[in-house]
Formats: sequence, structure tokens, C-alpha cells
Amino acid sequence: MKKIFLLIIMSCFNFLVTFAQSNNGVEMATGLRSSGKIYVVVIVLLIIFIGFIIYLFTIDRRIGKLENKDKNIK
Amino acid sequence: MKSYWWKFLGAAIVIYTIIAGLLGEVPALPILHESIRTVYFHVPMWFAMLLMYLISVVYSIKYLGSGKPEDDFIAVESVNVGLIFCLFGLLSGMLWANITWGDPWPNDPKLNSSAIASLMYLAYVVLRNSLDEEQKRGKISAIYNVFAFPIMIVLLFVLPRLTDSLHPGNGGNPGFSGYDMTGSMKWVFRPAVLGWMLIGCWIMTLRYRIRKLEYHTDETGN
Repeated sequence: MKKIFLLIIMSCFNFLVTFAQSNNGVEMATGLRSSGKIYVVVIVLLIIFIGFIIYLFTIDRRIGKLENKDKNIK
Repeated sequence: MKSYWWKFLGAAIVIYTIIAGLLGEVPALPILHESIRTVYFHVPMWFAMLLMYLISVVYSIKYLGSGKPEDDFIAVESVNVGLIFCLFGLLSGMLWANITWGDPWPNDPKLNSSAIASLMYLAYVVLRNSLDEEQKRGKISAIYNVFAFPIMIVLLFVLPRLTDSLHPGNGGNPGFSGYDMTGSMKWVFRPAVLGWMLIGCWIMTLRYRIRKLEYHTDETGN
């Protein structure tokens, strides 16, 4: 249930994101964005970050198991 | 699966800020250009560090009252995680400063005082490691921590405001309104701060649980 709720919140946030760029003489990376290559950077960052989170999660689980063992010994 | 929800909430928020932070709309400002997006990642490091140091000082005070080793463990692990966020903040800031201010370490009051604050917390770790007796170590480092926290706040948030600084929001006394942040940027920046704070707390609890387990195994002798 919580996950579905989170998913709805996330998708709502995505609507806030607009892709338009105003240009008032300051050089911005609009060209890069329109060619679509910024998505590569986004995906690379997401892979690294999600991998990092999964790694943290497995450490969390292992510590949880050790804690259970510790409790049983006492 | 006890209380995993806030860990995933933190992860989801940071994932959102990576997507929205890189693809979202930012104002076109001179000098900064696209590097303005660094604010979504550099500044939350410092806020996460602040929360870690705050948790640390709260548990140090608690330890002085209770004498429970668990409170001391939370205090020390919060500082350990805070130092990591401090390091990330310094490194990302140096990279950003190099392209916008032309020097990785310009003679800026906020940079120098953040360096002093970092050294102060490194000294906390050194102080702990130099004391062998458990209770003495806990008490002395807790007292040190109680003094270090307000000095860190003054160094980072009061002294840079008294002089001119390259950092926005310093020199004079503007609040957050002094930043060149548009409405849509705030909707990425503020969640980013919260998300990294939650991730920091997660790592801190992991380290705390490991330390507690180590303590128990030392106690039972197996």
C-alpha cells in the first residue's frame, strides 16, 4: 500500500518537471538536452544510486540477522 | 520488515531529485550556467552533516545524563557519518568553486570556517581514540561534543555573514530568499535536503547497530 502511495506521489512530482528552457543570452545546455544525451547521464546516476541503495539494504538485512542471533544467545 | 519505509522514502526522494534536478527547469544565470544544478547535491550534503552533528550533540547530552553506552554509540556514529557528508560537501564544493569562482579554494570566510569546523570534529574522533577507559572516553568526548556543536554553528552560519562571502546568503543577513532560486528549483532542492538527511540517518543506524553488536560480543566474550 505504501509503495503504491509513493509511486503516485512520485508521478505527481514528475508533472512539475518542465523541459522548456528560457534563454536570455546566457549559454545553457539546451542543445545537449534536445539531442537527448542528458538522459544517459540521468540513467547512469540512477543506476549508481539505486545500486548503492540495494547495497545498503543488504547490509541492513545482514545486521538484522546478526541481531537476531545475538538476541537468541542471551 | 520493521520500519523500512523511511529508508525507502529517503531513497525515492533522492531518485526524484536526480531526475528532476538534471532535467528540470533552471534559471539561465551568467557564470553559473548549468552548474547551478550542483546546488541540489552540494548543499544537501551540508544539511545532512548538520543533522548528523545535531543528533550527535543531543545523544551526547543524553549520555551525560544516563551513562548508557548506547547513547554514546549513537553520538560517535553520527559524527562519523557527518564527517563523510562534510568530506563530500567540501570536495563537491571545491569542484564547483573551481569552475565558477576560478579557484578550488578561494579565500572565502565560509570555506575557511568550514575547514576549521571539520578539523574540530576530526579532533573529536582523535580524542575518542586516544582514551582507553570506556566511561572516561564517553564522558570526555560527550563534553567536547557539546562545546564543539555551538562553535560549529557560529563558524558556519554566523561568522561568514559578518563579512563578505562568495556564497549566496552571506554578507548581510538575507535568509533563503537571498538565493537565486526559482519556484521550481525549490521543489527539487528542499526534497533533496530531506532525502539526504534520511539516507544519512539510515547509514548512521547501520553503523550504530554494528557497534552495538561488537559491544555485545565483547561483553559475552564470544
